[in-house]
Amino acid sequence: MSAIIIGLLAVPLAGAAVLLLLTRPARLLRWYGPAVSGVTLVLALVLAGSFDYGRAARAQFEIDHAWIPGLDLRFHLGVDGVSLPLVVLTALLTFLCFLYLVRHRPEGGRSGALAFTLLVLEVGMIGTFLALDLLLFFVFFEIVLIPMYFVIAIWGGKERRGAAVKFILYTLLGSAVLLLGLLLIWAHTGTLDMVRLAGAHGAGIPRAAQILAFLAVGAGLAVKAPMWPLHTWLPAAHTEAPTVGSVLLAGVLLKMGTYGFVRIAIPVLPEGAAVLAPWLGAFAVVGIVYGSLACLAQRDLKRMIAYSSVGHMGFVLLGLATLTPVGMNAALFGNIAHGLITGLLFFVAGAIKERYGTSEMSRLGGGMLARLPYLGSLLTFACVASLGLPGLAGFWGEMLALLGAFHPAPGLSRPLFLVFMVVGGIGTVLTAAYFLLMLSRVTHGRPDEPVPRLGDVSPYELAAWTPLVVLTVALGLWPKALLAVTDPAVRAFLGAP
Amino acid sequence: MTQSIDYAAIAPPLILAVAAGLVLLLDAFLPRTPRTLPTLGLVTLAGVLAALAAVVAQAARGARPRTFCVPADAAGGRPSCSFVVDDLTLVFGAVVLATAVVVVLLSWTQLAEGGIPAGEWYFLLLCTLTGAVTLPASRDLIMLVVALELVSLPVFALTALKRYDARGSEAALKLFLVSVISTAVMLFGVSLLYGLTGAVHLDRVAARLGGSPPAAQLASLPAGVPSGVLTVAVVLVLAGFAFKVAAVPFHFWAGDVYQGAPVPVAALLSVISKAAGFAGLIVVLTIALAGHAALWAPIVAVLAVLTMTVGNLLALRQRHAVRLLAWSSVAQSGYILAPLGVAGKSAASASIAYLAIYAAMNAGAFAVVMLVSRTRERDELDDYRGLAFRSPAAALALAFFLICLAGLPPGLAGLFAKVVVFREIVHGGLGWLAVVLAVNTVIGLYYYIAWTARLFAPAPLPVPGRGVPTRPVTIAVAVALLVSLAFSVAPQLVLSAVR
Repeated sequence: MSAIIIGLLAVPLAGAAVLLLLTRPARLLRWYGPAVSGVTLVLALVLAGSFDYGRAARAQFEIDHAWIPGLDLRFHLGVDGVSLPLVVLTALLTFLCFLYLVRHRPEGGRSGALAFTLLVLEVGMIGTFLALDLLLFFVFFEIVLIPMYFVIAIWGGKERRGAAVKFILYTLLGSAVLLLGLLLIWAHTGTLDMVRLAGAHGAGIPRAAQILAFLAVGAGLAVKAPMWPLHTWLPAAHTEAPTVGSVLLAGVLLKMGTYGFVRIAIPVLPEGAAVLAPWLGAFAVVGIVYGSLACLAQRDLKRMIAYSSVGHMGFVLLGLATLTPVGMNAALFGNIAHGLITGLLFFVAGAIKERYGTSEMSRLGGGMLARLPYLGSLLTFACVASLGLPGLAGFWGEMLALLGAFHPAPGLSRPLFLVFMVVGGIGTVLTAAYFLLMLSRVTHGRPDEPVPRLGDVSPYELAAWTPLVVLTVALGLWPKALLAVTDPAVRAFLGAP
Repeated sequence: MTQSIDYAAIAPPLILAVAAGLVLLLDAFLPRTPRTLPTLGLVTLAGVLAALAAVVAQAARGARPRTFCVPADAAGGRPSCSFVVDDLTLVFGAVVLATAVVVVLLSWTQLAEGGIPAGEWYFLLLCTLTGAVTLPASRDLIMLVVALELVSLPVFALTALKRYDARGSEAALKLFLVSVISTAVMLFGVSLLYGLTGAVHLDRVAARLGGSPPAAQLASLPAGVPSGVLTVAVVLVLAGFAFKVAAVPFHFWAGDVYQGAPVPVAALLSVISKAAGFAGLIVVLTIALAGHAALWAPIVAVLAVLTMTVGNLLALRQRHAVRLLAWSSVAQSGYILAPLGVAGKSAASASIAYLAIYAAMNAGAFAVVMLVSRTRERDELDDYRGLAFRSPAAALALAFFLICLAGLPPGLAGLFAKVVVFREIVHGGLGWLAVVLAVNTVIGLYYYIAWTARLFAPAPLPVPGRGVPTRPVTIAVAVALLVSLAFSVAPQLVLSAVR
């Protein structure tokens, strides 16, 4: 069965390699991306189907080969309850992006090159979630940088050059610090095996080294997540990236940061986590409030969604900071929910930009529900899901994160986390405020000025978006489906019963 | 006293020296026909490949011969040898000669343009290579200095060989002055070492200086060795080598010389001559001065920090391709120096591993620059706009080399090289050095990625080529690419080579 794991990486990689050799015909090329990513998605679903949910805490389908003995680097892959949902999410979002691209090509042409870039990106993203070796994780973590840089720099908007450079410099600085942290762990434990490290719960690493390593690893991951105040690359990158770039950036790349906290920083360095968790929590709630306030001030739809990501990832980080199973589960749930909902939001925002030629809210005018009823409804649905309406996926991640803050792990200051909870609660209200304000401006009212007729949602868009809508509703109504998968692994990481 | 000579041990430099003589003779006596130029090139290439084969054979045999030995002195111990073939020698030999293949192929195209006498060129090139292969095997101070001079002297001539080229002459003069000064400085240091110990063989120098590696404190010196003099000697020797590897503050010549010299010579300077410098540095520091790591390690660490930072900052502002590579290779020197700054057990092997990987990717980058500079007179970075559409293969290769140099996937070779260096430093406990290195990696990334992005940017008008044969350069690019890819997939090749 471990062939599936290899296949998840090999199929997109081989697909990209074939694309290098392939020249034309364009018609064939059009369906090439969806086909390759479709096969990957099927593999991911087969993986999910054959996963032993009774042993979700353990890594399954493991592959472990020595790669570079000189660096202790092993080609060690596997999947457990924490990584499985993210792998499926990645495969799904990539497939949907390709489906969307069949009809909706970004400016800049060169669809073959775009398909190549996205497939390499997929290798990096899936590999990050599968890796069970610290250095291998780092390698995959880095692989996504160059493709994403080109997605923004070639197919992006007007200010793409600056945004792409900012993106890659910020994240690379983060990665360099992350690498130092990982090597510090290695220097003290002598192993890079994540399974063994997580099982050891920090044994063998002195307290001071744990704090230092958590600081380095955490800072590196926090850039990616992004955590306030390291988020400043995000709005620019999101605004300038093409639709598929934004979807994958928000849907998957940001998750790599928080996933790293769950997988590496917290289980491997428990003492460091205990010392720095209050800071993490503080930055998280500042991020929540800051993100919401920044959203209120935005005029550009895509930029607003980008800032809303800062807020939502704030909830995820708050969940992590509690160091409790509830909080960690909330974080993982919030990850998936944010991936689905924000993915949908960016798809819809991209569609709006494509039709109106702008995503400035003031120039969109009102009355979208009247002019483009389906698109308007989908925008409304995505916003409502994002602001955390009970019954939709966005609700559980935020609610459980606040619940986790109500009962933080023993050893953490409860009053402090109660304050965080209250501030986070205010954040949810602000989140609702900006989304509703935006909806009232864009979807309601009458169309201001006569504009040429615009086509409503196309079949390809519908095909790409329906799975996201369905999953958002399904996870909202039945959150246990996901929580049951992540919970055993989270408890094992925390050493909790 | 007669010494027995182990010809198998000295085969690589011997083959190169014979080939050099042969080239000179052929050039003098062959009739001038259109076939002469390729013949000389082929002889040179054959010489380099034969030397490489000799190195590989030595490595495969597993024996580590020593030759030019003097019997043990009265104090007892083992006989001391001037020429020792060990892992370090073999790795440096392989790196130098593999890069030499690329340089010879680049020269092929350079010479086809005319204006340069081919016989002299190949002769000088082979002389440099002879020195570069001998240097890592040298285990006495005199041989070290002679080998280093053998590397340096022909390079001035190579730089100036292009007739009526003012820039080339200026570069040669600068290189000459810098090199002479550095040799003088180093000779002074070497003579102080000799004066302190009365020995020229490195192992005897180490024995007389005392101290046992790794020394946490300044090793206690035997009576009669004033510590002040030793410090001066160490600093002078370090400064001499620092010139050779273009370490800051002895770096200022790099930009002008690289730009003024023909591209193959720039490649030679940035890889082969640098490798020779590092070989000498590593040999002196880890053998002769092994017991006094506490004395030189901090100096090297500071040198490394300065070198990488200044090199990167200078590279940041360049608009000329070769100049950018010049300063970036200064910065890379800093990364190679860094592990020596912690003086751990495996510091030398980390440096050597980085150097080997750096050699492959930097030689490759120069090869592509050579290819592009055939069609573009100015060779500015903006000339690389749209290369991906004009010649996709060259653009992809250059992109790969640059990303390797930056140390990002898919350029895994560069990434692993950086990881090795980082690991060495973190393990040695020099946290601040690791942080400086991390910041520098990011600075370096900026200009590498900016150049890479230009390759894929929309192109200006296409410019017709100048009708110079570029097939040898294409082969050179392919060789470098294959080696870099091999290092990416299996960096074990170099990591396990040096223990």
